[in-house]
Amino acid sequence: MLVLEKNALSEEIESLVNQFGKDRSALLQILQAIQRKHKHISDFAQQEVARMMDIHPVEVNSVISFYAFLYSVPKGRNIVRLCQTISCDMYGKEKIEEAVQRELGISFGETTKDKRITLEYTNCLGMCDQGPAMLVNEKVYTKLDPETAINILNAIK
Amino acid sequence: MESIKTLNKKRSGPVLFSEYKLGEGVKKALELGRENILFELKGSGLKGRGGAGFPTATKWMLTAASNSDKKFIVCNADEGEPGTFKDRVLLLEYPELVFEGMIIAGYTIGAKNGILYLRGEYEYMLKSLEDYLESLREDNLLGNTILGKKDFNFDINIRLGSGAYVCGEETALIESLEGYRGEPRNRPPYPVNTGYLGHPTVVNNVETLASVPHILLKGGDWFRKHGTDKSTGSKLFSVSGDCEKPGVYELPWGTSINELLELVGAKNTKAVQVGGASGMCLPKSQFHRVLGYEDVATGGSIMIFNESRNMLKVLKNFMKFFVEESCGQCTPCRIGNTKLLEAVEKIEKDDFTFLYINNLKELGRTMQVASKCGLGQSSPNSFISILENFKEEIFGSKGKGRKNG
Amino acid sequence: MVKRENERIPVSQQAHIVDKPKDLTTIGGTISVQINEKKITVPLGTTILEACQLNQIHIPTLCHHPDLCIAGVCRVCVVDVEGMRTLQTACSFPITSPIKISTSTQMVRKARRHIIDLLLSEHYGECYSCFRNGNCELQNLAKEYGVDNYTFGHVETPRYEVDNSSAAVIRDMNKCVLCKRCVRTCIDLQEVGVLEAINRGHETHVGTFLDKPLADVVCINCGQCINRCPTAALRANDPSDEIWAAIDDPKKHVVIQTAPSPRAAIGEEFGIEPGKSFTGELNTALRRIGFDRVFDTNFTADLTIMEEGTELLTRLKKALVDKDQSVKLPQFTSCSPGWVKYIEHFYPEFLDYLSSAKSPQQMFGALIKTFYAQEAKIDPVDIITVALMPCAAKKFECNRPEMVDSGFKDVDYGLTTREMAKMIREAGIFLPEMPKSQFDDPFGDASGAGLIFGATGGVMEAALRTAYELVTGREVPFKNLIIEPCRGFEGVKQASVKLENCVEQYKFLEGVDLKFVVAHGTANAKIVMEMLKKGELNDVHFVEIMACPGGCLGGGGQPIPTSAEIRAKRAEAIYEEEASLPIRKSHENPHVNYIYEKFLTDGPCGKLSHKLLHTHYTKRGKYIS
Repeated sequence: MLVLEKNALSEEIESLVNQFGKDRSALLQILQAIQRKHKHISDFAQQEVARMMDIHPVEVNSVISFYAFLYSVPKGRNIVRLCQTISCDMYGKEKIEEAVQRELGISFGETTKDKRITLEYTNCLGMCDQGPAMLVNEKVYTKLDPETAINILNAIK
Repeated sequence: MESIKTLNKKRSGPVLFSEYKLGEGVKKALELGRENILFELKGSGLKGRGGAGFPTATKWMLTAASNSDKKFIVCNADEGEPGTFKDRVLLLEYPELVFEGMIIAGYTIGAKNGILYLRGEYEYMLKSLEDYLESLREDNLLGNTILGKKDFNFDINIRLGSGAYVCGEETALIESLEGYRGEPRNRPPYPVNTGYLGHPTVVNNVETLASVPHILLKGGDWFRKHGTDKSTGSKLFSVSGDCEKPGVYELPWGTSINELLELVGAKNTKAVQVGGASGMCLPKSQFHRVLGYEDVATGGSIMIFNESRNMLKVLKNFMKFFVEESCGQCTPCRIGNTKLLEAVEKIEKDDFTFLYINNLKELGRTMQVASKCGLGQSSPNSFISILENFKEEIFGSKGKGRKNG
Repeated sequence: MVKRENERIPVSQQAHIVDKPKDLTTIGGTISVQINEKKITVPLGTTILEACQLNQIHIPTLCHHPDLCIAGVCRVCVVDVEGMRTLQTACSFPITSPIKISTSTQMVRKARRHIIDLLLSEHYGECYSCFRNGNCELQNLAKEYGVDNYTFGHVETPRYEVDNSSAAVIRDMNKCVLCKRCVRTCIDLQEVGVLEAINRGHETHVGTFLDKPLADVVCINCGQCINRCPTAALRANDPSDEIWAAIDDPKKHVVIQTAPSPRAAIGEEFGIEPGKSFTGELNTALRRIGFDRVFDTNFTADLTIMEEGTELLTRLKKALVDKDQSVKLPQFTSCSPGWVKYIEHFYPEFLDYLSSAKSPQQMFGALIKTFYAQEAKIDPVDIITVALMPCAAKKFECNRPEMVDSGFKDVDYGLTTREMAKMIREAGIFLPEMPKSQFDDPFGDASGAGLIFGATGGVMEAALRTAYELVTGREVPFKNLIIEPCRGFEGVKQASVKLENCVEQYKFLEGVDLKFVVAHGTANAKIVMEMLKKGELNDVHFVEIMACPGGCLGGGGQPIPTSAEIRAKRAEAIYEEEASLPIRKSHENPHVNYIYEKFLTDGPCGKLSHKLLHTHYTKRGKYIS
């Protein structure tokens, strides 16, 4: 990481800390904001958060590792999460699974070479009456069939 | 893409889905005053709708009785139980009920701050909910001197989860709000004494809070007329799986599973999983049973499986879920669930003894009583009930293997 | 637990026995409860576990530790509370109403057994080749619950790579039971913050920042996590094989120095109740094992007092007489390598406050390979120096690249009390039965001032005895030389001694109220450093800090288990031994005077002592790259 990038990130985190507060209860909000923008929370960012909130870096790391939607390692620009719960499974999750893997040429848990998409599984999205369902970043798509799923993926940048 | 508009269809039901006009509940509450609110609530017999079924009035009273200068009302919108989506419907279509429930709770217990803990998966609702809160502020349902009531200042903010089912457990939720791993706390002390940031805190399910405005408007006795003696009022059921009309239904407690199956157009039903992955799986022979705290208690998830479904596969899906979603702090839940999953895989491979299976059922019973929180205490339910109730299907052609155990 | 006469209680269970009621947090009043068939009255808010311990009712525990906050995660201590749907953990359940508790129902028994079975299924146990064999809480539980087979299987291949990157602490997560005692030790007790739970569900493990090797994070090597680990998931980096090889090599002249704290605790490794020193017995045992010379670290503790004391007086003179603004006061002690690394990481901007004097261990190493080699006419190349220390951080300290002032590695190996006990047992020696013998010359037996270095406040007490007398020409104004304000286990202690009627040389100190602060445990060190930052220590002259709770006697290399009671008994042993010594002031140690006459001829803080006995520090910082 270049010094300039580091400085920019520090400033960004500082403004988040100013916005949400230095109290520990602000930690998740700060991490979510960094995650939203950078698609992961780098080791430098974690340490900066720890420094500004006066907690230990390993505590920040520990919290990140606990929550499925926060990452320590870089991910794609878009995170696609397919619901793997039984209701979606019964409505044809497997077909979507096969189709998106073939289309993107990656397996679940992987990121496309161009860093466009990371594929993940997720647990119940609360769309059990409209499965199969999938989250693309924070947007939810329901009643998928292989064709619509692929169209959705191909439309994201 | 789902939005408030596409989902804004007309629903009907005895309580939650009945007619309601914005602001009526809060207005009525302010007229009634704290004691009468608690009186009506107690009279209604309302119990927590998340699944545990703790009397709501008691929770509020305990918190109201505390002298603490700072109290919180938290709305638990971390709906993550597989097969549950009623909160999604309430938040998208009936946000006034949820927020007014929170405002009334805030007024009753003496809290100035309300927090809606919205699961990370529902981030897409965030904008519309925040806009809605803003409109409530404009209507003076939030903010200072609410509806002209002197010294009644209350506001709500929304906090997002980040993908952790266990945060639906109230103390894990509080930990998460405080910026920690969502690991459930030791209880006692309970949140009503020592909750968010150490202050007395009421944590209520979305549906519980949404029921409150109706109860106050029409009275606890009216609410009681619905449902049964021990299970008063109505319940939202999230119905999914093999049926013609999946969706959210508001039905009085005491409805039998058979009645529900007919209503949603389920045919050739073999099994009904009541209460999500942490609930129980009932076979045909038990479909006469009724939904309610006295018989089949549930947070409202109903998953229907027809004759074509493989129950072992269903069970495996559930156990995988718990292995991933256990917070990992206590032994029975962290390791126990992996052992149960391992057992399912062994049954799949026909590589087990019945002694081994019985040992694991026993382990399941230990998990039910010795785990730290509701997650580990309920995760063996589906293991035990599916293996008991679908013996024939699962073991009928098996039990030849004697390699492990 | 009922303590019967002649029954030897496993060391690992001793921590669970509380004789006297602890200082229980009460919200007023008492309450009667029924435990099994027994009716008892306890202060309101007492936990079920405390109530049981006070009444000799045994409750198994694993994640519970008397030094740490309650976790309630292992679930081994579950009991039945009448009227509750689920079992409750005795360690976390406060008694606030007249409940009825059963501690041995069928459900309780089965649950505990299941929990132990589950832990064993994931514990990569290699009991007979494990350093905790016979002193492992998991092993004890397995025995207690009659585990004779692995009901839920047993892990056959290790899941995690062993982290042996650190010179001091080795982590083997394959043996971890996730009780998180180490986490609570590192974050709450020590405030170092290296270890935390990483991931969730079945992937949960105790890890470092981004799972980096321990050597690459801000670990201070205090080893307190080792002392509180119920299994062998954490252990010290054991050099005993290399030491045996040196002993067995006829060309090598192997000398050992022993610190006071191991001597006051090593008996525990041989089943002796805490609170008895085995100094003389240890001397004999070490010679029998094959060490060529046995020296007393207290000698260099006395020397430390001379050097550090002189340094302090010099700083005071510069500040008071020369009005030198650049002089840093208060001066901080530097004997605790855990503390030194702590300040290097967390407060690098304050390193100038640290005394430049080396720790007694390192001073000794440098002298053995110079002065002693000369006197004994042995080529230092052939000398191997071993240091018996209560400490894990000493292993890191002796491997610091700058610690080669003798021209060789000053101290070759740092050995913990536990490792020493292991070597003694391995040699077929039962330590308590050894005859007593003295230390070897030319360093001989040291003063009592050096001895009390082992307890928190000891360095300060020793320093005051010497400094006060040098400055005023009189003994410190405390009865029997016992400087009470330095003693006891309060986290941060502050006191002062007025300097009056000073001798000519120190007239500039006339009327000065010599203020000092004593802290132990790095959590308390943090408090002191924050005070320093805020300018609240501006009128303080001298600060003693020890990284470990209780000081060296509670060090990370000491016998397991540890608790406030055990540490207090070790302190008693040290103070008792000290009171009986003929010489109790560092400056009166004749061997110290001899070395300044014969070798360090330009005196304390002179040129040679600066070369051999003083050091410099590294600004490490907190950033982990």
